[in-house]
Amino acid sequence: MSSDKQHALLDAAAKRILILDGAMGTMIQEHKLEEEDYRGKEFADWHCDVKGNNDLLAITQPEIIYDIHCAYLEAGADIIETNTFNATTIAMADYDMEAQSKDINIAAAKLARKACDEFTAKTPDKPRYVAGVLGPTNRTASISPDVNDPGKRNVTFDELVEAYIESTEALLEGGADIILIETIFDTLNAKAAVFAVETVFDKRGSRVPVMVSGTITDASGRTLSGQTAEAFYYSMRHVTPLSMGLNCALGPDLLRQYVDEISNIAECLVSAHPNAGLPNEFGEYDLGAEEMSEHIKEWAQSGLVNIVGGCCGSTPEHIRAMAQAVEGVAPRKVPHFEPKMRLSGLEPFVH
Amino acid sequence: MTAEFSTFINVGERTNVTGSAIFKRLILNAEYEKALDVARQQVENGAQIIDINMDEAMLDSVDAMRTFLNLIASEPDICKVPIMIDSSKWEVIETGLKCVQGKAIVNSISLKEGKEQFLHHAKLIKRYGAATVVMAFDETGQADTQQRKVEICQRSYKILTEEVGFPPEDIIFDPNIFAVATGIEEHNNYAVDFIEATRIIRETCPYAHISGGLSNISFSFRGNNPVREAMHSVFLYHAIRAGMDMGIVNAGQLEVYDQIPDELREAVEDVILNRREDGTERLLDIAPKYQGDGKAAAAEDLTWREQPVNKRLEHALVKGITDYIIEDTEEARLAAERPLHVIEGPLMDGMNVVGDLFGEGKMFLPQVVKSARVMKKAVSHLQPFIEAEKDGESRSNGKILMATVKGDVHDIGKNIVGVVLQCNNFEVVDLGVMVPCATILQVAKDEKVDMIGLSGLITPSLDEMVYVAKEMERLGLDLPLLIGGATTSKAHTAVKIEQNYHGPVAYVPNASRAVGVCQKLINPESRKKYEQELSDEYEKVRAQHARKQPRSRPVTLEEARANAYQPDFSVLPVKPNKLGVTPVTVELDTLRNYIDWTPFFLTWSLAGKFPRILNDEVVGEQAKELYADANKMLDKVIADGSLQAKGVLGLFPANRVGDDVEIYADENRDSVIGVSHHLRQQTLKDKFANYCLSDFVAAKDSGIADYMGAFAVTGGIGEDELAEAYNKAGDDYNAIMVKAVADRLAEAFAEYLHEQVRKAYWGFAPDENLDNDALIREKYQGIRPAPGYAACPEHTEKQLIWDLLDAEKHTTMRLTESYAMWPGAAVSGWYFSHPESRYFAVAKIQRDQLEDYAARKGWTVEEAEKWLAPNLDD
Repeated sequence: MSSDKQHALLDAAAKRILILDGAMGTMIQEHKLEEEDYRGKEFADWHCDVKGNNDLLAITQPEIIYDIHCAYLEAGADIIETNTFNATTIAMADYDMEAQSKDINIAAAKLARKACDEFTAKTPDKPRYVAGVLGPTNRTASISPDVNDPGKRNVTFDELVEAYIESTEALLEGGADIILIETIFDTLNAKAAVFAVETVFDKRGSRVPVMVSGTITDASGRTLSGQTAEAFYYSMRHVTPLSMGLNCALGPDLLRQYVDEISNIAECLVSAHPNAGLPNEFGEYDLGAEEMSEHIKEWAQSGLVNIVGGCCGSTPEHIRAMAQAVEGVAPRKVPHFEPKMRLSGLEPFVH
Repeated sequence: MTAEFSTFINVGERTNVTGSAIFKRLILNAEYEKALDVARQQVENGAQIIDINMDEAMLDSVDAMRTFLNLIASEPDICKVPIMIDSSKWEVIETGLKCVQGKAIVNSISLKEGKEQFLHHAKLIKRYGAATVVMAFDETGQADTQQRKVEICQRSYKILTEEVGFPPEDIIFDPNIFAVATGIEEHNNYAVDFIEATRIIRETCPYAHISGGLSNISFSFRGNNPVREAMHSVFLYHAIRAGMDMGIVNAGQLEVYDQIPDELREAVEDVILNRREDGTERLLDIAPKYQGDGKAAAAEDLTWREQPVNKRLEHALVKGITDYIIEDTEEARLAAERPLHVIEGPLMDGMNVVGDLFGEGKMFLPQVVKSARVMKKAVSHLQPFIEAEKDGESRSNGKILMATVKGDVHDIGKNIVGVVLQCNNFEVVDLGVMVPCATILQVAKDEKVDMIGLSGLITPSLDEMVYVAKEMERLGLDLPLLIGGATTSKAHTAVKIEQNYHGPVAYVPNASRAVGVCQKLINPESRKKYEQELSDEYEKVRAQHARKQPRSRPVTLEEARANAYQPDFSVLPVKPNKLGVTPVTVELDTLRNYIDWTPFFLTWSLAGKFPRILNDEVVGEQAKELYADANKMLDKVIADGSLQAKGVLGLFPANRVGDDVEIYADENRDSVIGVSHHLRQQTLKDKFANYCLSDFVAAKDSGIADYMGAFAVTGGIGEDELAEAYNKAGDDYNAIMVKAVADRLAEAFAEYLHEQVRKAYWGFAPDENLDNDALIREKYQGIRPAPGYAACPEHTEKQLIWDLLDAEKHTTMRLTESYAMWPGAAVSGWYFSHPESRYFAVAKIQRDQLEDYAARKGWTVEEAEKWLAPNLDD
């Protein structure tokens, strides 16, 4: 992303609360796609089932993905997320598609790029941005997969770095303006992502903004790997992120206190994209757009956030309501703190 | 001083193998559960950060760091605090950084290896998201003066903040705390240098922190805790005011500043702040007054000579002083009713003190062996008087037969155990080395011993031990059987030995355990209980062993061969300058410069890297003394020629055929004079080849003319005679020392000869220029693997080396029936020259390779099973 464009992004963030898009999976679900739709003509003969491989749709059903992006941009999103949550080589192994990872990331970034460029052309005063998504993968570098063998790991830091480097390069090649490391439940995975992103930046000789978003899994107030929100921030702030925030797992009511915690300590923008409530007994999210936007409005008025959006269960309708709700509300002011050594284990330690 | 302490961070130091003997033992024994307890206690006791260090020669430090950090990650009550990843090896640090989700501290980096490496490491640390300790160390050395400390820290700060973009608040300088009051004038200002440097660094390097290892400061007052504690708190009092805000401090070793008696505080302050020239003397003068436990003060003096004779004997035993032992023993004898009472009274009392101190980790092995030397001198003085009385029945704790089993010649460890047992009033019947089973059992019967201890170093000895156990069972013995030696293990004892013998079998991992085990087994009551404990424990070990899954999947021999390593032969192998067999002699004076000292200290159970170990906080003093004694021994054997080194090497045309290497008489390559057989790794390798040593030699059908070499060297011609002479003189210490030194000379010879081979005899690296340190770290081209070790674990291949080199004729070295080399101080092996050749471990092989190997060797499968037992699944 050019430095002009980066400036424009920072300027906009200083003036108003930016809008992130909503759920991708929820929107794809509505199309009720079957195995053959997932396969498309490109993978008609693939040797194993690929239904559920949403990221593959960037190649086999590009118009569906493109339309979803446009719907969110139409609803008012400033930043849209690429459909690459599971596109790393590690997560693609479920479908034997490690070798396709790169192409999927490039294709997904290009689709989002195309949608953004079209909307930017329509409203040049409101440029739109592509956030290339690095998902958490389905493995954990600091948690054992075997309760009887706590020292065991099913993925190493180096393997994660390798996978994330490949994804990052592909996302940037496809036109991503921002890298978004999100739904972090094991911080060590995310640190590997940071290491990869920095390695790629170093190689390219230029940087793009990085957004970081963790996941507090339940009412314990900790990530799955056990860190508090503050400890998590200290583990991740060396990437000097554009924004630090939380997403997924909880609805806005339960998430608020942790967003508040991050808001008090983050020396960067704060983002939040909660779920549309908690799933009901049918696995559906039923927090309506109006209700969700009221929560978000209260967060905005309390000065907690700079970037808001939705995660599981949210739709363009939610995003539209949210954008309207925060319109005219001043964004959170980024605080400055005295430099101190900020370390962490599961808990923060400041010296 | 609570106010200052509130801003002072104390780093927990007990999870550090170089600082805590307990933690080191736990890690070496892979008792990770207990090691986690150590970490947990530290956090429970208030450590805000825990330092983890695995720098220990006997450890795979990378693996230990990874394992321990991964385990910690599953313990929320430990990993709630930040981790300090402590190592002198970057590889270990980087491994640690890949295991912690929190923001950690690296300990440490410095400009020692130059700016480029410093920059490289700092950039990576930033990318991993950690803070770092920076030592005041640069290309020219460690900073000792105020000016150097400040200069180096400022330079480091500038590089880090300006060139790396490292956050200044994440930099922690360690400007080096050195010992004061050492008696050396240049050291007097060390504390002031640190404190003043701290002040300037804090002023000129905004947001950076200052840390240090506190206990160094009082090193010269080891043994006098009250003075040490006073020095610690006085030093901290001033250093904290100057800006020191972190440190590795043992909270138990800290007196409250205000509670230090005025006189002591005054004297300590004089020393710390270097306020008067005679500060050290004055502190030394008053130090004994504050010694809590009533023992002699650290300062050397002869006041102990004024004590009653029993106390003098105790002092001589504890300190290992032989100077006055005869006159003191004589004085005690004249005062005693019977000469035997001197042994049973004051001498045994003294040895009990030694035993207790050793048991508590307050004395180290070399000291104990010196104590034994004093004891022997005293006893030999009394012996004629006791015999004159015709009633020489001295009551000992018990009688133990010790032997190195048939086929094995290694006895340093066994001798050390023998000495330690004697120190604890056990009578030891030492049958020496290469003792056949029948002899062991006959002597056990004749001498009515209470237990049998077996030792061995090479892998075939394991089978011999199994055989001895079976024979003991057959003959209906029920004496306890003790198992020890470098290749033995608890698992092997449990799985292979204990089940063959109904009597108690105990695996003794090291000399310090021997006494406890023997005491428990000698008393009939405790024996019963201990027997039960042992068999329960071994049952558990067996169950664990049975459950153990192979770490990686085995592959067939065919698959392994398909994944053989294929080195690049586009540059043709260098033809050796001198083909054929060459005997070599070399002066010990030359070899001395090639000695790798680190293993020498391990022999004596002092762990740490040389030369750093000489200044180690815990064992440094002992290490220095031991090093001086070893050099004295070297001086002696060089001067009088009582030890000699002999060696022979051969370089031959050779080509690979399958997994074997054919060795030819000449360049015609049609007359095979020997076939060297090798084993191939047989577990699934993702990113690497399945290595076999023969891979490094060009295949016969490639048409490439390749070569291979062999060598056999000893540094121990004369070692047995010399050790025996010392033994006769009652000097166990030097008897063991001779062998330990000969052992080092043999290794040094191997290193020296390998260098000569690379540069001259073979000449594939004529321009190599490496110092001893680089040699020890194997920075050169080519390898010299030894049969019986990881890359070529099968011992009988040594016979081929002996045949090719006519080694016995040239060096007088022989092979035993188990293929141990005699003299024990010996090394033999192969030379491979290919630049890509490397060391590896064959590890477990499968049935198909066993059968294939047997066929290649012309063995039955049973023979192959015998020699390859350690490489087969149980």
